[in-house]
Amino acid sequence: MPSFELKGQTYETDEDGYLVNLSDWNDDVAKHLAEVEGVEMSESHWEVISFLREYYDEYKIAPMIRILTKAIGKKLGKDKGNTKYLYDLYPGGPAKQACKIAGLPKPTGCV
Amino acid sequence: MADYAVPEIQADIKTPALAVGTMAHLTPYPAVEKHMVPLGFPDQRVSNWQEKGIEKLGEMLKKYRSLQVYMDICVKCGACADKCHYYLGTRDAHNMPVQRAELMRSVYRRYFTPAGKLLPGVVRAHDFDEEMLNKWITYFHQCSQCRRCSVFCPYGIDTAEITMAAREIMDAIGVGHKYSTEIICKVHDVGNNLGIPKPALQGTLAFLESDILENSGHEVRLPLDEEGAEVLLVAPSADFFSEPHIQSLMGYAKVFHQAGIRYTISSVAAEAANFGMFIGSFDQKQKIAKRIADEARALKVKRIVVGECGHAWRVAYSFWNTLNGPFDFLDPRYPVPQHICEFTHQLIQRGALTLDKEANDDYVVTMHDSCNVARASRMGEKPGGQFEIPRDLIRASCHHFVEMHPETTHEKTFCCGGGGGTLTDELMDLRIQGAMPRVTALTQVMKQNKVNLMAMVCAICKAQFSKILPMYHIPMETVAGVHQLVSNAVQLGAKKGIV
Repeated sequence: MPSFELKGQTYETDEDGYLVNLSDWNDDVAKHLAEVEGVEMSESHWEVISFLREYYDEYKIAPMIRILTKAIGKKLGKDKGNTKYLYDLYPGGPAKQACKIAGLPKPTGCV
Repeated sequence: MADYAVPEIQADIKTPALAVGTMAHLTPYPAVEKHMVPLGFPDQRVSNWQEKGIEKLGEMLKKYRSLQVYMDICVKCGACADKCHYYLGTRDAHNMPVQRAELMRSVYRRYFTPAGKLLPGVVRAHDFDEEMLNKWITYFHQCSQCRRCSVFCPYGIDTAEITMAAREIMDAIGVGHKYSTEIICKVHDVGNNLGIPKPALQGTLAFLESDILENSGHEVRLPLDEEGAEVLLVAPSADFFSEPHIQSLMGYAKVFHQAGIRYTISSVAAEAANFGMFIGSFDQKQKIAKRIADEARALKVKRIVVGECGHAWRVAYSFWNTLNGPFDFLDPRYPVPQHICEFTHQLIQRGALTLDKEANDDYVVTMHDSCNVARASRMGEKPGGQFEIPRDLIRASCHHFVEMHPETTHEKTFCCGGGGGTLTDELMDLRIQGAMPRVTALTQVMKQNKVNLMAMVCAICKAQFSKILPMYHIPMETVAGVHQLVSNAVQLGAKKGIV
């Protein structure tokens, strides 16, 4: 099983670098995962991450992109509530890259 | 993000010079115990895998006469060689359909023909050894089972069936693909490929209802698990999650609304896809499809309508009756199953829908035929309906429609590059290079005709192109569902109901 080390602790991931244990996640882990992805975390980036984690806590799945864009629009302003803005933040895609940094499992299926 | 080599798009699709092993490095992630055991496969590669693999091949040759014929009948004429998108994109000789199939044929000759048993070197028979198994793992996961090669084979050899057989043999010896097996487990556990639990699905549908209300002023419903509805709608689960898939889902909902036909989605069968076909397993295919038949009975619907999902339509149209039939509990006046395009098409013909083409005036539209719809099924009452019905819907929804090069559409369509269980990130190099033929044809009409939208009826195609087109510097918004155009154009409210 692949893994990475951070501050003396080992974190298990899948082959694509997604955390295996949801509970392993913390801000430092997120920063590390973002660095690996080449994403520089701004406040807007963290807004997306915290929404993803809240949604996952409730529903055990990442939200549909449209739900995410609407939530971000409410939080950060209407001009930012669109897919393009999310891709500007996370060029690897909100569903896959943002989920990875948020410590959520990789979405599976025809996505 | 990883850097990928993206082919430069040429003016035309050219057959490349052969190369050896350009894709030999690209192997799928192996399936793990927790996804293999629930599907009835060994938890890991069995110790006597060679013996078991050969035994399984023997069983399958007896069970599927077609496979026996495909092993014997090829004359190596080469008609298929340059027809595979993966060969055209990767140049790897093993991605020529004939060479891919040869990986199985050489093993077949070794153990099942007198000449191969006695003089293997003379007839190029090959042991089923470690090296051969590695080639099987690699190259039988570089086929999207799109069957374009079969269109050109003078003997009608279906190479997709050979790929399916190879994957079935590998699963039987404990060598599976993580992507497909994990997804099949999710279908059994949760009811859909994405693993969307019922409360999340409920929330998503309620969100979409309020979204449509906000944007159109109409209360269009997306009902879940409603017993006694007329129609059970079975859409791919990506329609509840991804862009642009969701746009088509809203299109279906508007069509049902405007026609005044009560329908329901099922939380147990919120998935049209059937990856049992990708791994070649009859049992899994049957088990996955059974959820839908069971739900149709439980919800007491009269019709089943399938959403925009390519291989799902093949399974539904070509196999459902054999797998879970008879469907005599449904209303015999309607086809079983019915495609959403066919459903909408009939409504348009009966004058039940009003479409405003101007709503799509920003677009010059072309159509990408999805392989399993184009080459493995039909739609409607007439031959070729699978081509004409979606095109009729597009033409009814917009003013500007153009075709791509005829060698790349209809039954000669090119795979998107992500079908047949290859839509997974570890195969990204293959997906990028395999999309080259389609991207070339698309680029031609973008230049000549200012095309800016490519419509399609498959969730895999939509996901693959949304990811890959931007790598070729084509905006992801170019990708659309056919019902996305319908959704934009359909007029709500004014005249409602058909019966």
